[in-house]
Amino acid sequence: MKTEWPLWEVFIRGQHGLSHRHVGSLHAPDAEMAIKNARDVYTRRNEGVSIWVVEANNIAASSPSDKGPLYEPSESKIYRHPTFFDIPDDVGAM
Amino acid sequence: MADRDAFQQFLLRMGDNTLVLGHRVSEWCGHAPVLEEDIALANTALDLIGQTQMWLGLAAEVQSEGKSADDLAFLRDVWDFRNVLLVEMPNGDFGQTIMRQFLFDAWHSIMLTRLRSSSDARVAAIAEKASKEVTYHLERSGDTVVGLGDGTEESHQRMQAALEYLWPYVGEMFASDAVDAAMASEGIAPDPASMRADYDDLIGRILSAATLTLPDARFARKGGRDGRMHTEHLGHLLTQMQWLPRAYPGASW
Repeated sequence: MKTEWPLWEVFIRGQHGLSHRHVGSLHAPDAEMAIKNARDVYTRRNEGVSIWVVEANNIAASSPSDKGPLYEPSESKIYRHPTFFDIPDDVGAM
Repeated sequence: MADRDAFQQFLLRMGDNTLVLGHRVSEWCGHAPVLEEDIALANTALDLIGQTQMWLGLAAEVQSEGKSADDLAFLRDVWDFRNVLLVEMPNGDFGQTIMRQFLFDAWHSIMLTRLRSSSDARVAAIAEKASKEVTYHLERSGDTVVGLGDGTEESHQRMQAALEYLWPYVGEMFASDAVDAAMASEGIAPDPASMRADYDDLIGRILSAATLTLPDARFARKGGRDGRMHTEHLGHLLTQMQWLPRAYPGASW
């Protein structure tokens, strides 16, 4: 029998208007306890207004050995960077 | 009894409950079964100590002998403490700690809800702030009682044993005396006896979800909240908690 609690990845929204960011991981027996543990471990200093947790084994990740075909082709395509526009300050975080 | 004395006794009861339980819970720091629980328990302990500063701060103000909350916490002896016996009971295993926390949190949350409409604005303000913290404490301890009670055979048996060990200490939280009568007549605080039905509903719901059996016995051990006789455990706790300010008076960092 497996006695270890599953691993959960924790995402926290720091303020309204920002997106959730990955802040770390923790162990918990279920999703509800994972949110409670995230509250206790990662929001002690008023870091968040919203918490997402997802069981780590539900995350599909790209393989590091694929990084050549996945990322290198975009290195030479400088025209994809929208550096020709002035972004007004009023826009804020994009 | 003059009303000011009764008010001060009431404040000491509130503050000593949170102080003694806060210290007990802090004893887990660095020892809890998993890191997540360790931090959660430390958070709970800190919440309780924070509430103590407010209750004992107000008690010192009402007493008006120029003392501070620290003086009341660190320079009183066992017989001056007014906490219920439940909160001074030893941590035991993790299950016993969680059961003690749950039995107290359930009372605490009902008490603070009533105190939010206290006729004394200072009491109402402390209750308002504390009740948000305690709502979370109860959610957490209640969920953990269900998780462990309705868990493995061993966790179930430990939780049932913890419930039976601590049950005789529950009744004291609902005892009423002259202090309570004075507080109730002035609308400062409820008569604890009037909270028992809500309490039984609340813990009955959770304990049945946890597949735990409430002991039949209604015998209540008393003597903490009136200071008549604490258990032998409180003295040991105070030696730990008070030695530094007593050995180094006025120490600060």
